[in-house]
Amino acid sequence: MLETALKGSKRYWSLLIVLGGLAGAGFLVYLQQFELGLGITGMSRDVTWGFYIAQFTFLVGVAAGGVMLVLPYYLHHYKVFSKITILGEFLAISAVSMCLMFIIVDLGQPMRAMNVILHPTPYSMLFWDMIVLNGYLFLNVVVGWAVLEAERNAVAPPKWIKPLIYLSVPWAFGIHTVTAYLYCGLPGRHFWLTAVLAPRFLASAFAAGPALIIIMALILRRFTSFDAGKEAIQGIARIVTYALIANVFFFACEVFVALYSQIPGHVHSLQYLFLGLHGHNALVPWMWTSLFLMLLAIALLIVPSLRQNETVLCFSCIILFVGIWIDKGLGMISGGFIPTPLHHVVDYIPTIPEIIISLGVYGAGFLILTVLYKIAISVKEEVSA
Amino acid sequence: MDNSRRTFLKIAGIAAAGLTAAPAVTSLASSASPSKGGKVVRNPEALTAKHWGMVIDTRKLTTSADLEPIIEACHRIHNVPTFEDDLMMPQLPCRMAETESLKQSCEKVNEKIPKISSDKKRHEIKWIWEEEFHNLFPDQLNPYLTEHLEHLPFLTLCNHCANPSCVQACPTKATFQREDGIVLMDFHRCIGCRFCMAACPYGSRSFNFRDPRQGLKEINTAFPTRMKGVVEKCNFCAERLSKGQMPACVEASNGTILFGDLNDPESEVRKALKENYAVRRQPSLGTEPSVYYIL
Ligand code: SF4
Ligand code: SF4
Repeated sequence: MLETALKGSKRYWSLLIVLGGLAGAGFLVYLQQFELGLGITGMSRDVTWGFYIAQFTFLVGVAAGGVMLVLPYYLHHYKVFSKITILGEFLAISAVSMCLMFIIVDLGQPMRAMNVILHPTPYSMLFWDMIVLNGYLFLNVVVGWAVLEAERNAVAPPKWIKPLIYLSVPWAFGIHTVTAYLYCGLPGRHFWLTAVLAPRFLASAFAAGPALIIIMALILRRFTSFDAGKEAIQGIARIVTYALIANVFFFACEVFVALYSQIPGHVHSLQYLFLGLHGHNALVPWMWTSLFLMLLAIALLIVPSLRQNETVLCFSCIILFVGIWIDKGLGMISGGFIPTPLHHVVDYIPTIPEIIISLGVYGAGFLILTVLYKIAISVKEEVSA
Repeated sequence: MDNSRRTFLKIAGIAAAGLTAAPAVTSLASSASPSKGGKVVRNPEALTAKHWGMVIDTRKLTTSADLEPIIEACHRIHNVPTFEDDLMMPQLPCRMAETESLKQSCEKVNEKIPKISSDKKRHEIKWIWEEEFHNLFPDQLNPYLTEHLEHLPFLTLCNHCANPSCVQACPTKATFQREDGIVLMDFHRCIGCRFCMAACPYGSRSFNFRDPRQGLKEINTAFPTRMKGVVEKCNFCAERLSKGQMPACVEASNGTILFGDLNDPESEVRKALKENYAVRRQPSLGTEPSVYYIL
């Protein structure tokens, strides 16, 4: 089926060229980082993870979100999702690829990345994260490909694919749970040290991932012959609404525990993020924007008539995606490091090279996504033709 | 930890020790291969303990000037860099421009290339350093701290926790704990994921954000220098213990820092702890630090 990716309109090729250019620019700057070290980023001795790891965390969520299509379709035989599960599976492939790239660009010694496999360390959560991420990538490649191939040949998907599909459901929960465990098992990092972190990660994932699929489906309907169907889009929209509410609710639980108990360690990170601490308030406007966007999205999505209006729906999906991105892609990691264990308040601001490298990874990821979606749509066109 | 690597490290340690201690051991170490069942011989002079620990007497270390030589001694022998300049994006080689006008525009471009880090402090490497009471003991939020503790400088270093969260987090076993409690770094295995730094609740670890050799004025050839992209921290002078020497900070402290076996009731450290009130950093976290502060 790969050959279908090679025949496309001008618009398809221009998109590929733009994304490829972005990836190329990122790669060139990455070569600088490779040469000079991670010192060209805004990270410091105190805030040792920054933009890269935050993007990684966010994208694990996007990847896990795809399961919200697979699960209703395969487990509950929700037929309206039949056309779009492939969008979820292919989104997962590109999101996990970006996750892996973000991890690589974050390593101080990328040439030694294989040490994680050569010296497996089962008590390190990073080891398990590597396993679940690569496993999820593998599952989605195999499942997505086999199902699409079957569709093309107008036959039923092979029998052996079923167990893999069922496996991919808990696995999707697994990738984001283990990613949360990376953070929430660390002593002395009060902001992360909470049992609700994994559920919170999952809730935000099940909002952001499907929201992106809605946006994609609307774009595809506009520019290609592929139409997911109004009913399917509304089905996803309901999932997004519930997940977003759960996400904000979990956050409220965090805030309650911190503020009502008034235990300083728990209060300080929230204070840093939302009010500023000792004059450091780099993230304050961002965090309020994020909260505002999520609440606004809930208000818009919860009203059925507004949700059924696809323009409003699209707008809501965009703002909630941005809101969750700020929450996870900016606040979540910094909040864990600031204030530092020695109670210094050190700001972290990503540098320009750091941002270009990140954009490069996004470029590469969306390049993969475009090609995969092109293949999926070509197959669907062939079948219906 | 797998046995072969521990054996290897032991041999490496002995080989290093042998350079100064006993030439016979050196030749043995270099010919012995752990896989071929070569015999491992410890330096007979090496200091050993069941569990190494440190006691810092803060009553006798009252000013920054008292701390300075101690910090200096450690950082000098361990090749800990100090950066004088910010890290710069590389500049265009304008000398090579052929015409004057080309050279000028080249220099103009160079001026525009941003300084990446305005703050070299971000890349600081610290093995042992100075902090104040409320930074070291953030849970002790007593607003009426005694005058004397309020501004007392505290030596801060890796606690060589008995239950180290950094070791648990490291995905490559580059951070590992020896049987005698010392938590060590294998600089050659570290992938620079900095998981250990997030896991250490004491801020004890530093990361080589840039080439550390650029920050060294002189190099102590008896200890390795590091490369960019790896984590490092205090190693309780494991390399000196294996040669029968006390840690550098202990030596430079004129008896205000004690070092010894916490499992031996007769040791100097245990005696000091019996007679004085001592605290550890954030004991509630359960990491069991092996560094004690006599207040
Ligand atoms: S102080 Fe930090 S780096 Fe040192 S052993 Fe304890 S957890 Fe590890
Ligand atoms: S940075 Fe190095 S020592 Fe630290 S956890 Fe990663 S591999 Fe281990």
